[in-house]
Amino acid sequence: MNVDLRVEDLLRELAPQVLGVLVRRHGRFEECEDAVQEAVIDAVTQWPVRGLPDNPRGWLVTAAGRRLIDQVRSDHARRAREVTVARREPEPVTEPDEDVPDTDDTLTLLFLCCHPALTPASQTALTLRAAGGLTTAEIARAFLVPEATMAARISRAKQRVRAAGGRFAPPGPHEWAGRLRVVLQVLYLIFNEGYTASSGDDLHRAELSREAIRLARMVRRRLPGDGEVAGLLGLMLITDARRGARTGPSGELVPLAEQDRTRWDAGLIAEGTALAVEAMAGSPLGPYQLEAAIAATHAAAPSTTETDWYQIHTLYRILERIAPNPMITLNRAVALAQLEGPGAGLDLLAELARDERMAGHHRLHAVRAHLLEASGRTAAAREAYRLAARGTASLAERRHLLERARRLPAE
Amino acid sequence: MKFLLIMHVNPAVWDSLTEEERTAVMEGHGPFLEEITASGELIMTQALADPSQSAVVRVRDDRPVVTDGPYLEAKEYLGGYYLVDCESKERALQLAALIPDARIDGLGVEVRQVMFSHGQLDT
Repeated sequence: MNVDLRVEDLLRELAPQVLGVLVRRHGRFEECEDAVQEAVIDAVTQWPVRGLPDNPRGWLVTAAGRRLIDQVRSDHARRAREVTVARREPEPVTEPDEDVPDTDDTLTLLFLCCHPALTPASQTALTLRAAGGLTTAEIARAFLVPEATMAARISRAKQRVRAAGGRFAPPGPHEWAGRLRVVLQVLYLIFNEGYTASSGDDLHRAELSREAIRLARMVRRRLPGDGEVAGLLGLMLITDARRGARTGPSGELVPLAEQDRTRWDAGLIAEGTALAVEAMAGSPLGPYQLEAAIAATHAAAPSTTETDWYQIHTLYRILERIAPNPMITLNRAVALAQLEGPGAGLDLLAELARDERMAGHHRLHAVRAHLLEASGRTAAAREAYRLAARGTASLAERRHLLERARRLPAE
Repeated sequence: MKFLLIMHVNPAVWDSLTEEERTAVMEGHGPFLEEITASGELIMTQALADPSQSAVVRVRDDRPVVTDGPYLEAKEYLGGYYLVDCESKERALQLAALIPDARIDGLGVEVRQVMFSHGQLDT
């Protein structure tokens, strides 16, 4: 196995644990987080050259502890002239850290990084760095922004968390469910950024999806009985299984109906489907489980025509009831059109267009275009494809829609 | 989401401003720049030279033909831009409203989403 990759995996696993050790010893989440980041960067440069230390975790704890001391000392020196501060220097860290078991620090960290006082973009950035152990440079590359921009965003996020009273402790029982929901949202956001991608190059984006899956697996290890955690992980795995088939040789989008299903990753689909089934059998229904079940139903069919559209339509119906959202209704329209014909789908879209959140949305135009095409209304389909193409901010999607418009038969 | 906040410059409007107004606009960019840098939203900003100094290149029969001056004779020219990465279109509109040019009669800031990015951003 490639040494650099092994180092990377190990660091991502260890960084949040090391941060947990430091924060529990010294408090000061902001400073500890910086110190761990410095130690991770030290490790990235030193380990591949000098080889892995005997106790990588102890090495990191020591290195981060030293960085923390340096930082606190220089802060003190800077402030000494202005105010007298009570000295709160951390104890020097020397012992390799075997005494602290791998507790739920990583989960606690996720809760803190996904603090509700932060915007989704800040939650995402802080999660990738503090809980994911990625370097600022890696995160910046994935989102195609300068490293300085990402560094500023992360440090602003930490200030916000502190100002909002965020502490390194798991949320209390009354807010647990709500906070977990935010964590799952952030992981899904990271996954989708890597999958559908509004920025960055392919390689770094794929890394975001991998990282989201890794974090979701970690959350699942700690909360094995939570159906929504299982559902989210299942949804991510089944979606990721289609990654290779969803773009053509020159990067063009290949819609589900035209994908070469033999290129889907059967292993990921089996694992994701098992998760969806297990979750739905054993826990109260939730949106991620339903989405996973829908993805599993698609994945089980050898083609669009052999897909169990009745089941997909039913699942969307339930989803609409427990988590109403016009995008869900839009997806249900696709399933309805498969069940009862394009006319039924178009009727539902007409209803949906009255929802101001959806009126003029490019996805609504795109689905309409497909259904108009299916019902042979070529001119109207062409117009809808063009409207959709104008509305999207994704270059690949725009190309795809214009291509669909071009492929329509002339009248 | 990445947006270009485009500052259109109308030389006639600019010339009609008082010295104080002009200074206020120019100095107003400082605090704006500081704010979006600290928030981690700024990617970069550029201000462009006067359009009278532009040249337009057209290749005809495989040979470049160069004409001095702007591409179009217009009242407004692209004067400069901020490239930002922010939460939503709503946030981009908020940021645009903080740009001092937006307050001047006859000027406005155009907000346009970026569709594709590539290149080295760290210099």
